[in-house]
Amino acid sequence: MKSKTNHFDEMLLATDGVRDPYNKYQRWFSNEDPSRLAKKSKEAEAFFRRTGITFNVYGQEAAQERLIPFDLIPRIISNREWTKLSKGIEQRVRAINMFLHDIYNRQEILRAGIIPIDLIAKNDAFLPQMMGFTPPGNVYTHIVGTDIVRTGEDDFFVLEDNARTPSGVSYMLENRETMLQMFPELFSQNKVQPVSDYPKNLRRSLAACAPVNCSDDCTVAILTPGIHNSAYFEHSFLADQMGVELVEGHDLKVIDGHIAMRTTQGYQVIDVLYRRVDDDYLDPLNFRPESMLGVPGIMDVYRAGNITIANAPGTGIADDKAIYSYMPDIVEFYTGEKPILKNVQTFRCSEPDTLKYVLENLAELVVKEVHGSGGYGMLVGPAASKAEVAEFAEKLKQNPGNYIAQPTLSLSTVPIFKKKGLAPRHVDLRPFVLVSPGGIDITPGGLTRVALKEGSLVVNSSQGGGTKDTWVLED
Amino acid sequence: MKLKISHTTKYTYDAPVLYGLQQVRLIPASDRHQTVLNWKVDVIGGDEELTFFDQYRNKCMLIKAHDGATEMELTVSGDIETRSSDGIYGMVYGAAPLWHFVQATERTRAGPGIQALSKLITNTAGSLEELHRLSAAILAATPYIQTATTVATTAEDALSAGGGVCQDHAQIFIATLRCAGIPARYVSGYLMMDDRIDQDASHAWAEAHVDGLGWVAFDVSNGISPDERYVRLATGRDSKDAAPVSGMTLGNALETMHVSLQVQQ
Repeated sequence: MKSKTNHFDEMLLATDGVRDPYNKYQRWFSNEDPSRLAKKSKEAEAFFRRTGITFNVYGQEAAQERLIPFDLIPRIISNREWTKLSKGIEQRVRAINMFLHDIYNRQEILRAGIIPIDLIAKNDAFLPQMMGFTPPGNVYTHIVGTDIVRTGEDDFFVLEDNARTPSGVSYMLENRETMLQMFPELFSQNKVQPVSDYPKNLRRSLAACAPVNCSDDCTVAILTPGIHNSAYFEHSFLADQMGVELVEGHDLKVIDGHIAMRTTQGYQVIDVLYRRVDDDYLDPLNFRPESMLGVPGIMDVYRAGNITIANAPGTGIADDKAIYSYMPDIVEFYTGEKPILKNVQTFRCSEPDTLKYVLENLAELVVKEVHGSGGYGMLVGPAASKAEVAEFAEKLKQNPGNYIAQPTLSLSTVPIFKKKGLAPRHVDLRPFVLVSPGGIDITPGGLTRVALKEGSLVVNSSQGGGTKDTWVLED
Repeated sequence: MKLKISHTTKYTYDAPVLYGLQQVRLIPASDRHQTVLNWKVDVIGGDEELTFFDQYRNKCMLIKAHDGATEMELTVSGDIETRSSDGIYGMVYGAAPLWHFVQATERTRAGPGIQALSKLITNTAGSLEELHRLSAAILAATPYIQTATTVATTAEDALSAGGGVCQDHAQIFIATLRCAGIPARYVSGYLMMDDRIDQDASHAWAEAHVDGLGWVAFDVSNGISPDERYVRLATGRDSKDAAPVSGMTLGNALETMHVSLQVQQ
């Protein structure tokens, strides 16, 4: 076996053989009958469909839509690689929390001139209602899903910080569960660090962020927008795994200065609310009045110190595209350390010299709107025609401040299983990070997303991406 | 000057309320302009749930109507000692930075009318003379007409309507200053009108940030800078941020509100 592409393959070497972390797996794989594996692959799908349906008790059709393809070749990370990666993530998440406290309080980073004031002042993700307030335990991002990509042996980049309400952790847990059921022998041959403690750790981490006046017996609940939300199954799965209540806005009321939920034994106070509802919809009394998903008055209860909201409202200012390019400065400003993980080089077109460079190299770059999302108003230079590039150059010249540009990254590949054999496909990684006053805890591994189309760099499930189990080895 | 204030807001619902909350900014703070000698909040038909400080350091209270209530009455009353400070509130800053008060809000977004008015401002450090001139120009363009606007009218719309109340005057002033790059904010409070004890409504004015002086208050509706007849209640970027009461009820009940306010020496 040999890597056949110019990209860094995490399993297959350019010469014969596999990279170290895959040694034991490779030995097992070469003794497997491909037809047995093909059968297993079908079984895995059936397994997901079953669990998917139990997640979606209200309708099987929806469950089918949410079935994301699973590839049975694990992505394997060595302990050494993980140690570096997790240190880098921890550093970055620590800096993000310090940044958030600063930006909503003294704003030292603006006074120091490291970030331009307008970037915050004119940013929709800046939430004035958070000014002059410190959340319980001074934790803003209780849960982070840092998106990491790799381009070489030692080259890891942070692509996005996802400091609002990252999803996907249920796939991490399910993927492992599926692998354990299908290939138990693999887990006796390889010492893989477990991920199954995540729900327990999440609950403990959230409880550790409870308001100071909370009793020892702290009540955690998950707020979901409801069954029509695309991540509803994850909300219900986590509530079940954590042993906490899953609630909707209409189940909650302000009672005696607290938020309380309706239960069969009357109303019960909630100390920590893990909300999967966006800021705008969280509190119709303080934000969008037409929201039917939120809890009126919850911001008042929050500012009175009577509930913890996870993640804190207003954390979006830390994972904004415009702020992203300043992350290395942010890390250094608050931690006094050089960033361990790299940022993708980002050109701010607002700067004249940079704009000149971007215009000259447009065909090789990816250009994004600062406030755009979902791929709108974006140029992928290498995939665009000459006419498209020329047209985009005009738009760019008209309003340079509205754009950032990045080089097209050569993402690493990990093989997927095909009937004809292994085929390399591009991957990313979303590790899940828990923050509490006691420290930062990162579940070893995370969610590996894989582009199933040959050559594709798009790993999103909506674009035909799949997932893999992600192993971090113990030694 | 010692002012005695009693302010009652009565809500009447045409059907029992299933769940009703009122967020209240009616608790004055002692500062260089005023000393709160005593102040109390009484609620009939509802309960105080909690108090908190909002992002502008306004002390707020959350009140919940009793289940099934058909009316709720909220009375704040007390005595305030005020001092004349020539309208200068000074260099007193909270967590909200000055740049925050240069950003337009939905209610203070500049349209062509506000942009034209902002030409009156040439000194972005804030010149008292220019600010008074702007205040007079706004009153001339939008004389006091109670029926021209509603609580949700924007500064630009009030200006096109050609009339408004104190809230509109303050917001037009604020919107114009922001358009010219000067930090400005909204103040809600009370004003003792000299010729009466029963006042029609609570009052509102604006503060501009002037280099070297800090926040300076302008009551556009009365063409002066506030004196000792004024009591400050709350500040914010606009009338929404500093709203004395903002509420939300679940159920089909229609709410009517009646206010009675006495301010006297």
